[in-house]
Amino acid sequence: MTRATLIFAALLALALPLSLLAGRVWLDPATTPNAALILADLRLPRALLAVVVGAGLGASGAAMQGYLRNPLADPGLFGIAPGAALGAVAALWFGYAAAPFLLPLFALVGAGGAMALLAAIAGRTGGIALFTLAGLMVASLAGALTALAISLAPNAFAMSEIVMWLNGALTDRSWREVWLAAPLVALGVVLLWRSGRALDALTLGEPVARSLGVDTRRLLWLLIAGIGLTVGASVAVAGIIGFVGLIVPHLVRPLTDRRPSQLIVPSALAGALLVLVADSVVRILPLVTELRLGIALSLLGAPFFLWLLLRLRRGLA
Amino acid sequence: MRLVAHDLSIAERLSGVSLTLEPGSITAICGPNGAGKSTLLEAFAGLLPPDAGSVALGDRDLHSTPAKERARLLGYLPQAHEIAWDVPVRSLVELGRLPHGDRRAEPVDTALAALDIADLADRRAQSLSGGETARVLLARVLAGEPRWILADEPLAALDIAHQLALLRHLRSAADAGAGVVLVLHDLAHAMNNADRVVVLDEGRIAADGACDNALDQQVIERVWKVPVRWIGEPGHRALVTG
Repeated sequence: MTRATLIFAALLALALPLSLLAGRVWLDPATTPNAALILADLRLPRALLAVVVGAGLGASGAAMQGYLRNPLADPGLFGIAPGAALGAVAALWFGYAAAPFLLPLFALVGAGGAMALLAAIAGRTGGIALFTLAGLMVASLAGALTALAISLAPNAFAMSEIVMWLNGALTDRSWREVWLAAPLVALGVVLLWRSGRALDALTLGEPVARSLGVDTRRLLWLLIAGIGLTVGASVAVAGIIGFVGLIVPHLVRPLTDRRPSQLIVPSALAGALLVLVADSVVRILPLVTELRLGIALSLLGAPFFLWLLLRLRRGLA
Repeated sequence: MRLVAHDLSIAERLSGVSLTLEPGSITAICGPNGAGKSTLLEAFAGLLPPDAGSVALGDRDLHSTPAKERARLLGYLPQAHEIAWDVPVRSLVELGRLPHGDRRAEPVDTALAALDIADLADRRAQSLSGGETARVLLARVLAGEPRWILADEPLAALDIAHQLALLRHLRSAADAGAGVVLVLHDLAHAMNNADRVVVLDEGRIAADGACDNALDQQVIERVWKVPVRWIGEPGHRALVTG
């Protein structure tokens, strides 16, 4: 186990019990009435869901940056998150939000559709440029259809529901969402982890990786499946939570030897930590209505991205 | 194991190239810019599917050989020195073991020592000079212990001392039975160090044979269209223009 893995595993183990106690009402297991019930049915599933979602987004960000050999890559670029969001928005549009499992199911179908489209366009050749362009187009198509759904919403309630949902959150989630997302994200992280050595070889460019026996088409399929599962499941249960996939690999990279393969597992742990802490913070903040987690992370992420660009610019100048 | 191109055509870049390369020797591929040298090398590395004709390693077609097996036999070093992440030098050289699925230290150490970069093993890739980077990337190829070394302009970023050291190393690899194929722009390097020179011009073979014949003054004037003459002794020749 590497240093980064140990550090983030330890921090996560520390943060998890704290986050269970944190909230608008700080929980004291000894005195708070119904403490066991609140913990078991409300706070524990929410905390675990934060861990699951964060782990998926962190690992997919690390794999994506490794694949594109670009520290500015984000899994959101590839149309899978917008595809999943479109599916969920469709469920809300048709008023299925109340039915259990229907909204996440629609979101997973949306993510699957985006994955299939990506695979159909770019999967045959396995070229990185084609994959990127295809992903951007899928993302912008899904984004346009989502905007269309909002503008044609059947009523004002559906519209506000859609807009609210698009800013991801973990409020009012139950064990149901945990059981849905956890296996999919776990499988996705395993697929991404398995792509590690091929991503290492890609450090020397695509021709060298191929000359080292890397099957670039298999790698692309692994990534589409891995990112589809992690990001698709995350969006399905939590809505759009941006920037985790971008920020986390950056925070983790200096603690590793910078090989892409060494970044995936610690990024999953660090992503879990970031989302868990951020979700605890939005719970604690003394606001009238709870700040949406998606908004909070974007408020944190956008300035971080700008700082990153400034640093890169200085590096280039 | 021979490396054979048979009537090979790739896009507009190579047309009808037939060539049989023997292991245990150094073959230089020369030619003007855009002659198809790098394309031919990539085809020999099994990275470009031919539009017509074939490339074979021994008696097996390269494109029906499983990628891992091909990668164990053929070590390929492209011209571009791309290193995307600031990884430790040793981990870069270890990538040469990828086709073998192991991380044996011994071939990695041997490769580092052969290129005189054992002291760089713990450095980071982006802290290296151009010449150091070139040697690290070649060490990556050597660490895979390939039967064939296919290198595109391996001398380009090196100072003269390291050029000579590298050529000595490639010679000893060839003496040990490996096939060495180098794309070289510097005709004097080809003349003095190769056993055989293949001159490409506009995707076709313009000359092929022992250095003295293939890089004959008339061939150079015909293909490169510059007046030149060789001076010096065999093995120590220099090219002067005019």
